[in-house]
Amino acid sequence: MKAKQGELKVMTGNSAAAYGAMLCRPDVVASYPITPQTEVVEQLSRFHADGTLEAEMIEVEGENSAMNAVAAATLAGGRAFTATSSWGLVYMYDAVLQAAGFRAPVVMANVNRETPGILAVSSGQQDMIQTRDTGWIQVIVENSQEILDTIIMAFRLAEDYDIQLPVMVNYDGFYISYLAEGVRIPAREDVDRFLSVLKTQPQRTIMDPTRPIGAGSHGLMTEFMELRYRHCAALDRAKKKFDDIDKDYGDFFGRSYGGQIEEYRTEDADFVILTSGSAVGTSRTVVDAKRTEGVKVGLIKLRMFRPFPQEKLIKAIKGKKAIGVIDRSVNFGWNCGPIYSELRALTPEIGNIPILSFIDGLASIDITKPHIERVIDDVANAAKGKPYQAVTWIPLEERE
Amino acid sequence: MAVKKFSTKYEAAWSDADQLLLCLDTGTWRTKRPVVDKEKCTYCGLCAIYCPPQCMITRPDFFEPNLNFCKGCGICAKECLRGAITMRPEGDFTS
Amino acid sequence: MKEIRFHGRGGQGAVLAARMLAIACVAEGKCVASFPMYGFERRGAPVVAFTRFDDKPIMEKTQIYNPDCLVVIDPGLLKLPTLFTGLNPNGTLILNSAKAFEKQPNENLKLAGVVNATQIAVEEVGRDVPNTCLLGAFAAVTAWVTLKSVQASLSEYFSGDILKKNLRCVERGYNEVKVTKWQ
Repeated sequence: MKAKQGELKVMTGNSAAAYGAMLCRPDVVASYPITPQTEVVEQLSRFHADGTLEAEMIEVEGENSAMNAVAAATLAGGRAFTATSSWGLVYMYDAVLQAAGFRAPVVMANVNRETPGILAVSSGQQDMIQTRDTGWIQVIVENSQEILDTIIMAFRLAEDYDIQLPVMVNYDGFYISYLAEGVRIPAREDVDRFLSVLKTQPQRTIMDPTRPIGAGSHGLMTEFMELRYRHCAALDRAKKKFDDIDKDYGDFFGRSYGGQIEEYRTEDADFVILTSGSAVGTSRTVVDAKRTEGVKVGLIKLRMFRPFPQEKLIKAIKGKKAIGVIDRSVNFGWNCGPIYSELRALTPEIGNIPILSFIDGLASIDITKPHIERVIDDVANAAKGKPYQAVTWIPLEERE
Repeated sequence: MAVKKFSTKYEAAWSDADQLLLCLDTGTWRTKRPVVDKEKCTYCGLCAIYCPPQCMITRPDFFEPNLNFCKGCGICAKECLRGAITMRPEGDFTS
Repeated sequence: MKEIRFHGRGGQGAVLAARMLAIACVAEGKCVASFPMYGFERRGAPVVAFTRFDDKPIMEKTQIYNPDCLVVIDPGLLKLPTLFTGLNPNGTLILNSAKAFEKQPNENLKLAGVVNATQIAVEEVGRDVPNTCLLGAFAAVTAWVTLKSVQASLSEYFSGDILKKNLRCVERGYNEVKVTKWQ
């Protein structure tokens, strides 16, 4: 059984997010506009106005209310969606934590933008990093089609009885949010069918007048620890579940993305580079070019950030001579890239190979092909045993 | 840490505020510019009062837009009671 | 793959032009990627928009540094020192201007199409919205996309009377663009 091919339409990443959400028939949408996410709200409003989206659209006065509204809606048994970015994500921070702790299966599109501290209306992944310890599932995607598909998969994942966790779908502001590409829009009936498996699962605990529960009860001592443990266990289960859902999506819709990570030309690679988001797309072209020059480099695309796909990464990196990580954010305190520093935690399993951190693309600085060529050259040298610089802030280097 | 040379002046996102605060060269944003007909101008000052960035310069008996900052919004032309100000495309003034 | 860079000011429709070109390309079965870069999001502020098209999916997500074609919506932007930076040899320029080129403005520019899109837009639409006219000129000069596809792309964004007026702009841009070639 295969889904219909779907209409092809040129749309931006933001529009794709709105389409993805609309197709899943959410019961409640509450979202506040913020650059570079605003078009998501505008498109959802358009869908609501013309009847395509039959949801309760709550016009909230701010992101904090938005998250409270959608989390509560899911706890009442509904499907809910919201979208935000950077400052908005920070404004809803306490509600974001609550949503995860309450195990509210919200799906949220987060359009990556630099966080407060230095005013910037520009691309950066600091907001995703900022919220890595909220207990949410976090994934990050590469293009408009993947946004639409991943939001559908996100509802499937969030509401799964074994998971019941909110999912954040991240995509780079400006470079993907405003990027118009041809996107296949699945037919609504096919999305219904894809999500219908959720109806065959046991009913998750919800606020039901016939079976009253209290949600958000106080946690004490070992009970608190048990609930944290359950949360972590659910995050752990989310890894394989995400892979399975991705495979099912591929079998049905014809598009799959590899699940937790995608490996590009890594099998026979001497060394690899790892990155996420829009930089993956550009990296593919540079890896291809380097390959024609005889450089045996591979690329790992990180798709799932939380939970961190340790097992998959260990398998992909083991045996490689070096790895370079391009981060679009900073790890304050370790003063390197955040994804890089998480990867370093896998050293006991992957071996004591050179791991290089590259920080680039903050504040909408373009991660260009020459930048990525430089990354590959540096990692190639490290793989050959030559001295290397552990952390490179590419745009600031004197060589640039 | 590796980076030794900086182009920023301060340690954090601070900026000097002891000079005029009109520090952005917004004149380059214009697509139309106000042209004042000195004969028609009666020196009433309404254009200067209404100009949002306050960039009307007071001359002896007429007003003149400060083209370094004028964004070409056209409010002066709209408010002028004598019709002494017209908005002309920037293209007319470029070769 | 062809890379086209649009230069305009906020409010002139540079982003929309880049997007409509993308739609026209998709209608012809090509793969596209189009996005803008702005500083301040205000009328009059410089805007750059990028459109790539190819027969296979486009992977790169960077800005365009080596355009094959420049589309300049505001003639004032010819003053920009970086306008021609990176232009590929055999580059093309589509320009909104009342005046033709007297001499070759850049050694990599081999083909230029100049049309007074502002005047055409004012005549047809009543406002200085030169973008659709320039798309018609683009189709005529480069032949990378057909006039028909460009016209079809307009109905994504316009309807009724304003669609008809903009369709006339496209057609006039296609027919009235003056082409200059250099060796």
